[in-house]
Amino acid sequence: MVEANEIQKGDVLLELDDVHMYFGKVAALAGVNLKIRKEEIHSVIGPNGAGKTVMMNCINGLYRPQKGTVSYKGQQINHLRPHQRARLGLARTFQKVEVFGGLTVLDNIRLGRHLHYKSGILSGSFYLGKAKKEEIEHRTFIEEEIIDLLEIEQIRHHPVGMLPYGLQKRVELGRALALEPELLILDEPLAGLNLEEVEDMARFILDINEEERWKVTCLLVEHDMGVVMDLSDRVFVLNFGNMITDGTPDEVQNNPEVIKAYLGEEDLYATRR
Amino acid sequence: MAGGLEITEDLTIPKLFWKKAQEFGADRVAMREKEFGVWRPIAWAQYLENVKHLALGLVKLGLKKGDKVSIIGDNRPEGLWAEMAALCAGGIGVWLFQDCLIDEVRYIIDHSDSRFLFGEGQEEVDKALSIIGECPKLEKVIWDDPKGMRNYDQDCLISLKEVQALGRELEKEQPNRFEELVEQGTGSEVALLFYTSGTTSLPKGALLSHNNMLTMGKALMSVDPCYDTDDYVSYLPFAWIGEQMMSISCGLQIGYTINFPEEPETAQENIREIGPHVMFAPPRMYEQMTRTVQVKYLDASWTKRKFFELSNKIGYHVANLKFEKKPIPLHWQLLQWLARITVQNKVRDHLGLSRVRNAYTGGAAMGPDHFRFFHALGVNLKQIYGQTEVAGISVVHRSGDIKFDTVGKPIPGTDIKITEDGEIITRSPSVFLGYYKNPEATDQALQDGWLYSDDKGFIDEDGHLVVFDRTKDVFTLKDGQPFSPQYLETRLKFSPYVRDAWVLGHERDYVAAVMCIDYNVVGNWADEKKLNYTSYPELSQKPEVYELVEKQIRQANKDLPESARVVRFTNLYKELDPDDDELTRTRKLRRSFVQKRYESIVNALYSEDDSVHIDTTIRYEDGREAHIKTDMTIRNVDQ
Repeated sequence: MVEANEIQKGDVLLELDDVHMYFGKVAALAGVNLKIRKEEIHSVIGPNGAGKTVMMNCINGLYRPQKGTVSYKGQQINHLRPHQRARLGLARTFQKVEVFGGLTVLDNIRLGRHLHYKSGILSGSFYLGKAKKEEIEHRTFIEEEIIDLLEIEQIRHHPVGMLPYGLQKRVELGRALALEPELLILDEPLAGLNLEEVEDMARFILDINEEERWKVTCLLVEHDMGVVMDLSDRVFVLNFGNMITDGTPDEVQNNPEVIKAYLGEEDLYATRR
Repeated sequence: MAGGLEITEDLTIPKLFWKKAQEFGADRVAMREKEFGVWRPIAWAQYLENVKHLALGLVKLGLKKGDKVSIIGDNRPEGLWAEMAALCAGGIGVWLFQDCLIDEVRYIIDHSDSRFLFGEGQEEVDKALSIIGECPKLEKVIWDDPKGMRNYDQDCLISLKEVQALGRELEKEQPNRFEELVEQGTGSEVALLFYTSGTTSLPKGALLSHNNMLTMGKALMSVDPCYDTDDYVSYLPFAWIGEQMMSISCGLQIGYTINFPEEPETAQENIREIGPHVMFAPPRMYEQMTRTVQVKYLDASWTKRKFFELSNKIGYHVANLKFEKKPIPLHWQLLQWLARITVQNKVRDHLGLSRVRNAYTGGAAMGPDHFRFFHALGVNLKQIYGQTEVAGISVVHRSGDIKFDTVGKPIPGTDIKITEDGEIITRSPSVFLGYYKNPEATDQALQDGWLYSDDKGFIDEDGHLVVFDRTKDVFTLKDGQPFSPQYLETRLKFSPYVRDAWVLGHERDYVAAVMCIDYNVVGNWADEKKLNYTSYPELSQKPEVYELVEKQIRQANKDLPESARVVRFTNLYKELDPDDDELTRTRKLRRSFVQKRYESIVNALYSEDDSVHIDTTIRYEDGREAHIKTDMTIRNVDQ
């Protein structure tokens, strides 16, 4: 178990150093270097098959890179499994929503909270002092911080599988937030949403990044360039496993290599608008 | 009971509020709000504290007697505090509908000369900031929900908490200031300025005095008493006079608990949790409930459907006996009891009507089918008639004396007369003071103390008032008979598949209708029939949907005289929407507007054509525009 150090705004929270990931002879990631600083929104863009999701999987522990290091708060975490990384404060949502369709919204979100439960089986089964107190605290947290933030009051008792896709995505975000993460990986949070839902989701991402209560560092994988350029502090461009550039939205948009390799001449602002 | 309170010339809403707060103190719940999943009570003492500091805060910010304070936002305690604080500080309250478009907000703020605006959170603040440049009199915008407000630092913005803090400072300097403020003023002074939605023109601001509001509440409660142990759910816009009447005129007077839902979307669920004793809602709410039941019925299992049908039969029979004022034979009473315990109690519980003593509807016409439906369920639904200009209502059904084609009898203290032209005129202590900055309209509406309503009607042999419609909305059919299109429209809307209907036929050869399907209900129906569709325009034009709508029309046509039956119809490619000015904010059809807007459709309905081409641009709420090109089928109804 790695104990995390306290770090300040602007310090490097997560670092990928020369990360390589091969599937057979295909190099999905060929020496990627990335530094994510605390409290920023850092986006990763790139064409389909660029290796974005592989990169996220390496960070979150679903994949182990063959070469290079992943470090979190200055400590190497290559050897840690996903649940151990979650305990360090690393949460994620998935490109295709991965929720428990048969459970209610509240239950899905509560599940994301399980790491924070301290009471044992015995007090839990009899709902004794400590378990009861803890349960109430968690309930308050979920209701006041998550349900209210994501505006899902009207569906809290609905089974998630019955909800429209846009709401399922919100629930998944809620579950990730229940972990109270320090770094949140959002893998295409806007894919498949309509314009109104996109605006809502963008607002939620800003809220969790900027609100005093949250201040969550976000690593965002997204295709919607309008949203990416509006929200991000920095943008990382990936192309077939190689980094093209990593800079502010302005720098990225004016980088000739990016325009040539990925964005295409007129597609620069190809958003759904 | 309400009878205890004497309404003197001197009594104002703030004085009454002060008295009630002293009387009930910290032990009794004044309001409840569902927040974070639990109901949180607010005692009268807390209510008083909040209002006191808010009022003093407004005074500290410079509020002078007679200044207008606008309020916009969902129903929540802070909204009512703001209104009460404005009144206590000597100001005049102006409520805006939560979904007002920016132009309406600007018009009302500017026309009312508001100096202060209470908004709920970011959304309202954004609206206010976008118009503040054009409303020079507006000085401060007060918000209470901090969500999303972290990056706002404009000088005109101040949070509710900060205003209350200012109020607390002032209280320290002048401990008796609030009581002095409350003591000033008399009942005849203006309390509220209400902008009527108006089906024809720009909104007009009706000035209502403290006395108007309080006498109205007292008169209503002398007919149907309320008790201080009652619960009421406030979820309809405060900008609607009906909600003010229940929350202020009646609520404050008797001191019942006002419950606020968690979110507008959870209102129905929250009503069920509370089970209010009294309810007042426009017909569309009851229509929605009926639709919910009908849709659930369609989805239910065979056994449940049969039980429902049986209990319905019993319910309708008993209700009809009651309407005819005939005694109910013992065996029917027994059957009714069976229907109650097996089916009806459950249904009523789901609708939140399990404890309701009196349910009122008003603001627009309600069809007899809906009326029968609720009485068959054992809900004491009553029609009321009134307008903003009489502070709410003037006529109401009495229990046990309900006729669904009338609106009942005048409440005590109210005189109703019919002019020679058939116009309904009213005289009562609740008749308003006039329109703000509009003497011509005031002169037209107020003549010798009588309020001219512009509604046509007559008084029937039992002394009940029958309201036709707006004078200009009465049709003459080809056989010379007068006819109310609203009547037919409400009949059509009894079908769960029909969301809105617009009936034509004034001085025409036959009656035609433009129908708007209910997207959800028809959508579900189409899913079951395995019909593919991607959008409302597409679904509305499916031949199968036309079949379905035609069936609903044939049902509504039954028992109508032949000249009043719908002969031709079309399904509109979109839903009628207040944002497009087709409906008022209270969902009344703006006939002259739609007539002009859909002229080509009207012409096609009265031609030989079997379709009409539509080529138009529609604007979405977020400002996007979409080009719509479609052909609308026109169909004859098989008689």
